[in-house]
Amino acid sequence: MISLEFDLVRALYIGATVLFVLTLGGLSHQESSRKGNMYGMIGMTVAIIATLLGPYVTKNYHLILTLMLLGGIIGISLAKKVQMTQMPELVAILHSLVGLAAVLVGYVNFLDESIMLVGVEKTIHSIEIFIGIFIGAITFSGSIIAFGKLSGKMSGNPLILPARHYLNLLVVIVIVSLGYAFTIDPTPSNAIYPLAFMTFLALIFGIHLVMAIGGADMPVVVSMLNSYSGWAASATGFMLSNDLLIVVGALVGSSGAILSYIMCRAMNRSFISVIAGGFGTDSSPVATSVTDQGEVTSINSDELTNLLLTSKKVMIIPGYGMAVSQAQHTVNEIVKLLKKKNVDVEFAIHPVAGRMPGHMNVLLAEAKVPYDIVYEMDEVNNDFNNVDVSIIIGANDIVNPSALEDPNSPIAGMPVLECWKGKTTVVLKRGMATGYAGVQNPLFFKDNTKMLFGDAKKTMDEVLGNLQSA
Amino acid sequence: MIIGIVKESKEKENRVAVTPDVVQRIKKLGYQVQIETNAGIASNFIDTDYVESGAEVLKSAKQIWETSDIVLKINAPSIDNPSEINLLKNNQTLISFFGAATNQDRLSKSAKDKVNILAMDSVPRISRAQKMDALSSMANVAGSRAVIEASHNFGRFFGGQITAAGKIPPAKVLIIGAGVAGLSAIGTAVSLGAIVKAFDTRPEVKEQVESLNADFLTVEIEEDGSGSGGYAKVMSDEYIKAELELFANQCKEVDIIITTALIPGKPAPKLITSDMISSMKPGSVIVDLAASQGGNCEGTIKDDIAELSGVKIIGYTDLPSRLPAQSSQLYATNLFHVLSDLTPNKDGQININMDDDVLRGMTVIKDGTVTFPPPPIEVSASPKVKEVAKPIESIKTKKTEENKFPFVGLTIALVLLAALGSVAPTSFMNHFTVFVLSCFVGYMVVWNVTASLHTPLMSVTNAVSSIIIIGALTQISSDDLISVILASTAILIASINIFGGFAVTRRMLEMFKK
Repeated sequence: MISLEFDLVRALYIGATVLFVLTLGGLSHQESSRKGNMYGMIGMTVAIIATLLGPYVTKNYHLILTLMLLGGIIGISLAKKVQMTQMPELVAILHSLVGLAAVLVGYVNFLDESIMLVGVEKTIHSIEIFIGIFIGAITFSGSIIAFGKLSGKMSGNPLILPARHYLNLLVVIVIVSLGYAFTIDPTPSNAIYPLAFMTFLALIFGIHLVMAIGGADMPVVVSMLNSYSGWAASATGFMLSNDLLIVVGALVGSSGAILSYIMCRAMNRSFISVIAGGFGTDSSPVATSVTDQGEVTSINSDELTNLLLTSKKVMIIPGYGMAVSQAQHTVNEIVKLLKKKNVDVEFAIHPVAGRMPGHMNVLLAEAKVPYDIVYEMDEVNNDFNNVDVSIIIGANDIVNPSALEDPNSPIAGMPVLECWKGKTTVVLKRGMATGYAGVQNPLFFKDNTKMLFGDAKKTMDEVLGNLQSA
Repeated sequence: MIIGIVKESKEKENRVAVTPDVVQRIKKLGYQVQIETNAGIASNFIDTDYVESGAEVLKSAKQIWETSDIVLKINAPSIDNPSEINLLKNNQTLISFFGAATNQDRLSKSAKDKVNILAMDSVPRISRAQKMDALSSMANVAGSRAVIEASHNFGRFFGGQITAAGKIPPAKVLIIGAGVAGLSAIGTAVSLGAIVKAFDTRPEVKEQVESLNADFLTVEIEEDGSGSGGYAKVMSDEYIKAELELFANQCKEVDIIITTALIPGKPAPKLITSDMISSMKPGSVIVDLAASQGGNCEGTIKDDIAELSGVKIIGYTDLPSRLPAQSSQLYATNLFHVLSDLTPNKDGQININMDDDVLRGMTVIKDGTVTFPPPPIEVSASPKVKEVAKPIESIKTKKTEENKFPFVGLTIALVLLAALGSVAPTSFMNHFTVFVLSCFVGYMVVWNVTASLHTPLMSVTNAVSSIIIIGALTQISSDDLISVILASTAILIASINIFGGFAVTRRMLEMFKK
């Protein structure tokens, strides 16, 4: 095998770094996004080849090739097979892999006896290993739990242990003291115990962290884990003195942190409060305070069809319910028919609709809804006066007027889509259950709101049939 | 019942209480309408217009007073020369301005013979009564006309222009008091092209002033001048001192001043002193809309133009009458709304319901007995102003805390960095530099991501974070079996992530189409 000089490898790493920055930049806008993804692939290829040909890899080439081939097959088949509605789960489980890899790399590094360091350098190196494994373990177990919750294999309700904040604090204190024990005696035979115990605690910590977060906050959790996976990579970079890992990890970490921040801002909640507890859990008595709200008016799909045919402007507000019932394709067909009949149709997306940042956009894109009729909340919220019919498909908390009107509501202050300002709102819903926040929605009881009970997919199919025959 | 409209007896009065248009609407309430001949002539409403609208035209005011159940007019009934109060007869109802608060004599003389008097200037200032608020209607006209009078007496354009003959600067107008008249004056002056500034003691009118494209002036003392009923109250001495200082400074700058400061039932506050006037540019104009209550300006002569060191001070009190057709139409509509409230059954019979807040407030004499002043109705446009004031203060203090925080945070961060630098080896500091810079690059690059791409961005960053495979690759050449196994596992799962992540991102991005 040819072997590259160390400096040449570094130069290639710099190239890869630039490509990764371009990747993130490209992914910021629709037009440049595909190119961005391509940059990412090239960057990764360059980085791997440079490492393989570099001074560190001296043998086991066949093993590496086999493993990467195997991993590639698994990965691509996962990517091909996955339903767009399952994207949040896939992203969560992929995060867990990064976490696990970070833990493994950390342990290997710990076991590596060829590293000879003394004094402060040794201490710092030990801390780096400790932190790398810690973050990796949290990412791993937290992502597994997030996967379980998102795929419905586990209950989406927050699990609140008694005195959980003290428990967390206790765990942190124990981990810090374990870290101290680890750094003062880093000979592998002795230090393995505090390290293993810390790994165990970090796994528990990750599980507990995500268990305590309610379903509506999942978009924040997913992007937070995304951020953690980046920090894990960065910590590994410190441990291995590898600038490429540090840079790329930091890029991913900060991008995930920004996404989390955007999500939190969309819910008018602080990051701390999302992490510290689920929706409606700290203020459970409030949720029941709203009692008699009046009566709801319900309509059927024929009436909805007539309503749509007589309107000029229709706004569709999708929520997680649309993902569950897989109604997006039918919705797109309806949109196409209505456009032919000169009805102006737009989509309004709340930043936290769904279970992952941008979830709704992906679903609509899958159904081939053109992205230029899909708007963000801030772009359309002032236009509802001109809207004849708003159709809410399986959304609840994001159209709840009590967020603005009732200061005691658990979701008070969260920006919502103000669909009630339009002429008519039609809510497609299976029943009168509350949303993830567990708050009753006064929207359903407004005079200009009509309820259409039933499975959204079925209802939309009926409307589509009516429109086709009309 | 018969409604009679008399010609206004006041000198130079051009308005009429009811226009032909409104006669038709009054008749629909079930009344008969009669009007004195030539009552509307000065507003360009001729007798035949009234006849066409269904009114009967009578020769003299005396006939109207004698044969009408309800008399409508604008100005308060005269006390003597000739006395209209003497013409008031048993069971008659008069609806007009009255000045009950300022003219005790008129009030006591009118209280006789089961007479009812509803005063248009006593309509309570609540939202329901706005349609009857003739004071506001007239103030609106007066404010607008004040600007026209000022412009008429000002030797220059209001709007700025650049012409072949040179540059014309726009006139600077100061409006004191942003009530109905003040706001109307602002609107008119702005539309003439002037630069307009306005002052008011009530902070809540700032928005209204700014909505008309004028600047709102404030003094540095915090005191809320909102009294009850939407009027201003008397301010503290300290405040007035600051206020006068502001006016003194403004006088040196502005070309036109329009003062509208009135406090109900009190003489108008003196806001512009003769010193201030002499500091104004010669040719400047002041319109004193408070002239009827003594004026806001030293030297104001009621109903005339005074001149002081080259500055004209207009003290007209008949500004609404100078736009007679407009004022009459507005007043007549206000009157109609009063009548419509008085005739709930539309049967031509009035019912002065003393339980109705608005009618109770207006009624100054009922069945010959004085019922003025009415019990207070405490409704104001902005209640609980005091409670609001406190949070503002706390926000202010919070802001300063926020301002301090970055410095504290920065200092702590710098100290920590210095501490780290003092112990950490060079190699670590190199890596650390790279790390911190990368965080910022990530922040800058990702900050403007469009919401629709959040998911693809996450899946691509996920794929990118499997760069951790580099770590595993560097370790797999170890001689230690356990290390090789662990590193192999790491390579396998990271590969899944690399290929899976990029492939799924690609798949998603392919779906996004315009």
